[in-house]
Order: sequence, then C-alpha cells, then structure tokens
Amino acid sequence: MSLRLPYFATAALSGALFGAGLYVSQMVDPLKVLRFLDFTAIPTGGWDPSLAFVIVPAILVMFVALRIGKTRQAPLFDTSFHEPGQKQIDARLVVGAALFGIGWGMSGICPGPAISLTAFQPDGLWFFLVAMFVGSLAGGLLSPGGSQRRPEEAVA
Amino acid sequence: MESFSPLTASLGGVLIGLAAAVLWLGNGRIAGIAGIFGHLLPPGRAMLWRLVFLTALIAAAWASARLFPQLGAGGVEPSRLAPPPEGWAVPMPVWLVIAGLLTGFGTRIGNGCTSGHGVCGLARLSPRSLVAVLVFFSVAILTVTVTGIV
Repeated sequence: MSLRLPYFATAALSGALFGAGLYVSQMVDPLKVLRFLDFTAIPTGGWDPSLAFVIVPAILVMFVALRIGKTRQAPLFDTSFHEPGQKQIDARLVVGAALFGIGWGMSGICPGPAISLTAFQPDGLWFFLVAMFVGSLAGGLLSPGGSQRRPEEAVA
Repeated sequence: MESFSPLTASLGGVLIGLAAAVLWLGNGRIAGIAGIFGHLLPPGRAMLWRLVFLTALIAAAWASARLFPQLGAGGVEPSRLAPPPEGWAVPMPVWLVIAGLLTGFGTRIGNGCTSGHGVCGLARLSPRSLVAVLVFFSVAILTVTVTGIV
C-alpha cells in the first residue's frame, strides 16, 4: 500500500495541470469554443482557430510521454499501463461521437470544461452537468459490463 | 480574429498534454475526462483517484483565474454559457439539458471525448480515436452552422 500516496498525488497533479491548462487556453469559455466551431465565420475573418493551437501541442506532449512509456514495463505507481482495449470501429463509436458532436455544437461545452466551469458557476451550468451525468449513466446501462471497466480497474 | 490567442492557447495545450503525460507515466491511466467523470458512481471501481483528479481540476481552474487573470480569459471569468440560438424559442434550461444528455450519452457509448479521443487517442495513433474525432468535430461544426448559435 506504500504506493497509494504517490498514486493519488499523481492524480491530483494531473487534474491540476489539466484545470490550469483549460483556463489558460480559455477552453473553459464555451463562447470561445463556439467561435472555433463556427466555420461560417471563416470567409468573414471572424473565425477563432485557437482550439487547434490547444489540441496540437497537447497531442505532441502526450505522444512523447507514450514513447517514454513504451520503454518501461509499468507506470511509476501502478502495476501496469491501462491501455484502452477496444480496437474495432463500430456503430457505437460513430453514433456516440455524432451525438456528442451535436451536444458540443449546441453548447460549446465538452466534459472537461463542463466540470471546470463549476469553479465559475455560470448561470445554467447545473442543467448541463446533471444532464451530462444522467446521459453518461444511461450510456453505461447500454454497455453490459461497461466496456471501459476491465478487471485491472480493481488495482486502484 | 480579435479573440484569436495562439500563445495562451499553446501554453494551455502544453499544460493539458503534461496532465495527460503525468497520469499515464505515473498511474498508467488515460486522461479522458468523460471516462473519469462517467465512472464516478458505484459500481464504478477505482472511484477515489477519479474524484481526486476532478477536484484538483476544478480547484486549479479556480486558482488559475485568480493567480493569472491576465492569462486565460483575459481577466474575465467565463461567466456565461451560450444562449440558445435566436428564433428557436427553446428555453435555455431545456437547451442545456438536451446538450448535456447528448454529451454524456454520446461520450459514454463512444468511449471518449475531446480529451480521451482528441488528445490521448490521437497521440496513441488510434484509428478508433481518429474516426471519433473526425465525427464529433464535423458534427459539432455542422450543428453550429445549422443552429447559427454563435
């Protein structure tokens, strides 16, 4: 059990970096995200490409981390890497992504910003958050056994 | 283009990438917020680290706004959500509930969101995530075009 404190400290550090990143990049601001998603503004010069400047560096940093991880048997504070196991591109993936796309386009809010926004309490946020939780639970009921929940989850 | 902010966007992106890197190399976990959020309730196992992660996420957003108000939202807290598009005659709570349900349900059955598929999945060069990202970006852009919400 000696690994528990570093394990949770790592989760806290990661969450904190994520929250700071969402704020600094302004991706917590749904209106800014919508100004990226509004491609009709490209011809008029009103488009805001900032979101692309957030996600590309994030991917590059994570790409390097994954390469470092490949040189190790296990992460520092757990017994194995929890690789996402699914490989097939199926209807669930495409339908799920499409439904999420509608919700995201309606609001400019994806899950990370939705949760970070509780720090700022904009009017109406709780309607979105509670609905997102209910929607997630409903989706979980449709995945028998929970496709993300594999036996090694018990480790932590 | 007056709101375009490449420097703070890139800095924030590096922080988000570091967050994902720390969680992967430290705990072997994917920093996908939808998944972390979706597995909070019983019978979700491994709930405690998820709770710690999300609490730190909120606390850091709050603290950043106070420590670095000149970064980020330019000193203005993101104090409002987008109202429903004009002329649609949908009350804002209804609009937000529909958007929230679609976001929660869609990310759950699709196994990921902007962070899980977008950041981590693309970095893993996962074909599944590439498909998911192309679909949710395209549909979101189409939704904004159709609703004219901006």
